[in-house]
Amino acid sequence: MSEPGANGDYILEARGLRKSFGDLEVLKGVDFRVRSGELVFVIGPSGSGKSTLLRCFNRLEEPSAGSVVVHGVDLMARSTDINAMRRRIGMVFQSFNLYPHLRVRSNVTLALRRVLRKPRVEADRIAEAALARVGLADKADAYPSELSGGQQQRVAIARALALEPQLVLFDEPTSALDPELVGSVLTVMRDLRAAGMTMVVVSHEMRFAREAADRVVFMDDGCIVEEGSPEEIFERPRSPRLREFVAEVTR
Amino acid sequence: MATPELSAWQRFVETFFRPDLLAEYSDDIALGMVVTCEVAVLVLVCGTALGLLLAYLRALRFRALNFLIVVFVDVMRALPPLVLILLFYFGLPSVGISLSSFVVLWLVLTLVLAAFAEEIFWAGMLSVRDGQWQAARSTGLGFNQTLVWVILPQAVRMTVPPLTNRAIAITKNTALGTVIGVGEILNQATTAQSFTGSATPLMMGAIAYVVLFVPVVMLGRWVETRFAWKRA
Amino acid sequence: MDLLVETFFNLAIMREALPLLLRGVLTTLALCAVVIPLGFAGGLVLAVLGTTRSRWKRFLLACWIDFFRAVPPLVLLIFVHSGLPFAGIELTAFAAVAVAFLLNNSAYYAEIVRAGIESIGRGQREAARSTGLTATQTLTWVVLPQAVRNVLPDLLSNTIEVVKLTSIASVVALPELLYAADMARSVTYNASPIVLAAGFYLLLLWPVVRLLSRLEHRIAG
Ligand SMILES: Nc1ncnc2c1ncn2[C@@H]1O[C@H](COP(=O)(O)OP(=O)(O)OP(=O)(O)O)[C@@H](O)[C@H]1O
Ligand SMILES: [Mg+2]
Repeated sequence: MSEPGANGDYILEARGLRKSFGDLEVLKGVDFRVRSGELVFVIGPSGSGKSTLLRCFNRLEEPSAGSVVVHGVDLMARSTDINAMRRRIGMVFQSFNLYPHLRVRSNVTLALRRVLRKPRVEADRIAEAALARVGLADKADAYPSELSGGQQQRVAIARALALEPQLVLFDEPTSALDPELVGSVLTVMRDLRAAGMTMVVVSHEMRFAREAADRVVFMDDGCIVEEGSPEEIFERPRSPRLREFVAEVTR
Repeated sequence: MATPELSAWQRFVETFFRPDLLAEYSDDIALGMVVTCEVAVLVLVCGTALGLLLAYLRALRFRALNFLIVVFVDVMRALPPLVLILLFYFGLPSVGISLSSFVVLWLVLTLVLAAFAEEIFWAGMLSVRDGQWQAARSTGLGFNQTLVWVILPQAVRMTVPPLTNRAIAITKNTALGTVIGVGEILNQATTAQSFTGSATPLMMGAIAYVVLFVPVVMLGRWVETRFAWKRA
Repeated sequence: MDLLVETFFNLAIMREALPLLLRGVLTTLALCAVVIPLGFAGGLVLAVLGTTRSRWKRFLLACWIDFFRAVPPLVLLIFVHSGLPFAGIELTAFAAVAVAFLLNNSAYYAEIVRAGIESIGRGQREAARSTGLTATQTLTWVVLPQAVRNVLPDLLSNTIEVVKLTSIASVVALPELLYAADMARSVTYNASPIVLAAGFYLLLLWPVVRLLSRLEHRIAG
């Protein structure tokens, strides 16, 4: 098994990832690496396998083949405690997936208390700090249904942050939001990046990608077609498929 | 090692499946099944019809009538059917109304089903939006025509799964008839049991119910998934 | 009219039967206090077992549940009470009722809880798992609380049925409310005690039925 640090400074290293649903092959051998502190953007047409790839990184989706190593720990190894690893890999969903039966505070503290077994006082303190980070310190006692979409998504981010993850995965975090609410979520993500958080973001927010991404990965039909800096991807796309895609989304 | 096991098995068969009793009482149990089916069908038809009628009357929105219907429905939902059965069977003769045990069982279960059916139909009608009423009336349809051609067909989707489940539950209550001596399955089985001192007739009765009702329960399950989309 | 009052609302007889019936009410309540939690717990267990991925386990479970939904509870009760002794299993009337009710009620509660679990989207489960909760923790803290909430009216409705169903315990001579009333009736040759028993059932269940009716209409409308 690989030792911590043996992968240089890669926090996430996936090799030869494959995933099939029945006869449909959705990932066709993907290699993907993320350095500590990097913000990697994943773009690509609908159905190209972006979400599936992201979900393989914390094994919400079971890869059919390949390896995923996070922080030097092989996620696919039998001896790996996947639940312990998931705590270190935050995930933010398109549809927020807040727990509607719990107040905002309890949404954030659930894993702290039930998984990490932190006492209530300490968990609450952590939750309030996380909520303050996303600008929602005053909403701790609200129920998710009482919040706007943008606020709900920020709570979801706080829920991930409270566990002090080394890596956060975002799957189209702003796609379910009204345009005027997108900004607040992007602001939080910008702050996170400034604080040095490692992030993998699947999104259609191309402006944000240009401004904030260290690297952009273009996927199509289950493969990584091209990757590079935002300028390389958006100004000088090499493959015809990417050129087509960029033309379409920047219209 | 093999012998005691065999004898345990034999004892089990002797207790619950004595061949001679199986043969002797199969006719009685079959008769019981016929009676159970008769009551069940009568209750289903009359109870559903009465329930629909009550829901229709409620849709007319006469205050006094509505109040009576709600009270009737509530009482039927709150009282155990067995209480009603005993009440009707032992009480009515004293005031000069003598009903056979068969009729009492049918009547009580019909009233109970009618009450639940009324609630279900009514909830279904309420679930059809007001715009439907207005649209239909605006095209010149009368109250009854609107109800029959526009509202009920839409309400039925809402009502089929809960009504099926309720109907199944109430049909199984035919077994309560045994308490007042209706010759349905359970009655035949317990009579034969006390007569023979063997558990075999009870087992036959239980099997008869399973044979009758497992298909019905499976039908209910199918109906539920078939109409599942509507209850979300 | 007099005859009617005499037959169904004979106050003298009612007063005489009252102590007996009150004891019956207590027995009924005690019975409810045992069979409702037991049935619900059994239903939870069956519903949780039903979340297994194994197809044939789910099939076996569905068979079990359908079987006990198909057998009328009175048949089950009489079988447990009068049939099992032949096989050397003697149960008191109370124990027989408890066993029969557990088998019957848990099947119904299980179906309701299952519907509740199915009403929870998979996003909830994934969010919980992504924060490191195990499958069991996810079920306990995220799925079941929401599932039970979503089917509360159905749970309540089933619980009313269970309370009503305790009346069949009279058939195996468990001295609950209806048994007491029928005893009094057979002694006095008058139906008034049964009317009184009906009054007690109404007192107990009418408020619940009203509440349920409210809940149901709120959801429908
Ligand atoms: N659980 C599943 N079962 C079967 N097929 C699936 C499943 N999940 C995803 N797929 C299929 O896999 C393919 C890739 O899906 P995925 O969600 O990864 O695409 P995506 O790139 O995220 O698309 P989008 O931009 O629309 O979110 C699609 O064709 C989808 O239908
Ligand atoms: Mg996607």
